[in-house]
Amino acid sequence: MNTSTATSREPEIESTHTNKKNKKIVRSPKKLPKKKTNKKILQNWQLYIFILPAFLYFLIFHYIPMYGVQIAFKNFVPTLGIWGSEWVGLEHFTRFFESYYFWDLIKNTLGISVYELAVGFPLPIILALALNEAKDGLYKRTVQTVTYAPHFISVVVMAGMIIAFLSPATGIINHAIQLVGFEPIAFMSDPDWFKTVYVMSGVWQSTGWGTIIYLAALAGVDPQHHEAAIVDGASRFQRIWHINIPAIVPTMVILLIMNVGNIMAMGFEKILLLQNPLNLESSNVIATFVYQAGLLDAQYSFAAAVGLFNAVINAILLITVNQIAKKTSETSLW
Amino acid sequence: MSTAIKETNKDKVFKVFIFLFLTTALLIVLYPLIYIISASISNPAAVNSGEMWLLPKDITFEGYQMIFQNDAIWRGYLNTIFYTAFGTLINLAVTIPAAYALSRKDFFGRNFFTGMFVLTMFFSGGLIPTYLVVKSLGLIDTVWAMVLPNAAAVWNIVIARVFFQSSIPKGLEEAAIIDGASNFKMFMKIILPLSAPIIAVMALFYGVGHWNGYFNALIYLSDKDMYPLQLVLREILVLQEMASQNSNMSGSMAEALHSKQQLAAIIKYGVMIVSTLPVIIVYPFLQRFFVKGVMIGSLKG
Repeated sequence: MNTSTATSREPEIESTHTNKKNKKIVRSPKKLPKKKTNKKILQNWQLYIFILPAFLYFLIFHYIPMYGVQIAFKNFVPTLGIWGSEWVGLEHFTRFFESYYFWDLIKNTLGISVYELAVGFPLPIILALALNEAKDGLYKRTVQTVTYAPHFISVVVMAGMIIAFLSPATGIINHAIQLVGFEPIAFMSDPDWFKTVYVMSGVWQSTGWGTIIYLAALAGVDPQHHEAAIVDGASRFQRIWHINIPAIVPTMVILLIMNVGNIMAMGFEKILLLQNPLNLESSNVIATFVYQAGLLDAQYSFAAAVGLFNAVINAILLITVNQIAKKTSETSLW
Repeated sequence: MSTAIKETNKDKVFKVFIFLFLTTALLIVLYPLIYIISASISNPAAVNSGEMWLLPKDITFEGYQMIFQNDAIWRGYLNTIFYTAFGTLINLAVTIPAAYALSRKDFFGRNFFTGMFVLTMFFSGGLIPTYLVVKSLGLIDTVWAMVLPNAAAVWNIVIARVFFQSSIPKGLEEAAIIDGASNFKMFMKIILPLSAPIIAVMALFYGVGHWNGYFNALIYLSDKDMYPLQLVLREILVLQEMASQNSNMSGSMAEALHSKQQLAAIIKYGVMIVSTLPVIIVYPFLQRFFVKGVMIGSLKG
């Protein structure tokens, strides 16, 4: 399973797309007779029952909401239903764009995401490269087991840990700060600290788990490359630089694309938990705003419009980055 | 790797550097975990004052006693066990057969279904339209709201499909078809018995998701008796803490609150342990399954 990792690292998405294309190319000149297709469907009718629950699930909980997104252009009144509510065009969008909090939301959303990407993206790569240099054995296994573990801590417990550790009066971090002779910092109620707290706790929780995918790619590196390099007198660092890093570049590109595609939606559940009135100035992001406006204040149409705006920006970013990656590195999602 | 050739000094320094780096990473991750365990069984005064910083001080199990006497935590625990078991069962019932169907090359329409599923990874109706669907189906404040909106995850279907494609010998399927077995019979008699590893991985992925999730419960449940553990924890760990920190500006009230806060502090760390315990216990034994799952997902099918 590990042999093909180094060169063909694109995840499933790509392969399904190319499959589709290949199939079409193969199929169209032959033009399978209709009878044969019908026979194939009949023979395997039970497979449609296998897929029916999943089909219904995606239809109901993903495609109907996509249809329902039209309420962003309507004035949704629950009693009238989605279809019966009146169209209002871009009214909700203009209201959002012209609101005084619009730029704050954009700034916070992008600020947190870019910060997280800048710190959180390279660290698993560095840790994976370092782990790959360690000899297999108890020490390596221990580092792996321990650093993977925080991945399984729930976001609520994580938020609880952050709040407890950072408490100005009783938190261990502030005790340490005082020990070194500084004033305690009110991390959770200071807007300036919010982004750092969010990003660093994320680094603590997910760096270890993030190495797995890179370690899989590194396991696929042909040992002969290393042997040849050693004979040529390459140092460890040179071998990492010239053999290991190129081997994981495709993985890096794919993960980077996927991260950028999520840039407007990262970690919303954690932000919501860490938010409080005092840090709202820097913790209010588009996703939490949608939750607040839509579900707490029941402004369904307005919130749906804000959410749609977010999704569209996301899609544009994803497509742009994918396009850039395709041009520059020949690795892409599609 | 390179025992045959003598290592240069530069490489030795580099190796030491890597060892230090890994040890730093290990300690940074490990310290908070040990701290929580120690704090949960220490005298709360020692914890709050910073006296206890690594090993437990004045060991007491008062915190755990209070946790076990707390009805809300018990109820949350039982609810979560139920949602996790029921939800995971539904996840498996949806994911495994679908993934199997998609793995069959002779399944007409597999590209259509795959495309339909994968598209939802990148495009969705968003929070509000999804909420309105759940609401209009009458699922709010029912068990179904906890299990149906997450009945399947695209990524897991993809992982399971890769497993079926790569780990089930094609000859077996062909032989079964020649013997006249129906797809249904073949799935039950041949495929499922061979699928224990992937079923385990899927159950773990979905199970941990249910156990740790809070957001669906937050938006779909208003009945406190139905709250899963994570929402109960949210009240203890986040809402109360935030309130006490923000209003804790020292005054006459603070004195009265003081003893209550000490108790709250001791519960806090215990609750983190108690709620994470099932996952922590399971994790070391099943780590390789988790890792395997991630790796299958990362490989091209």
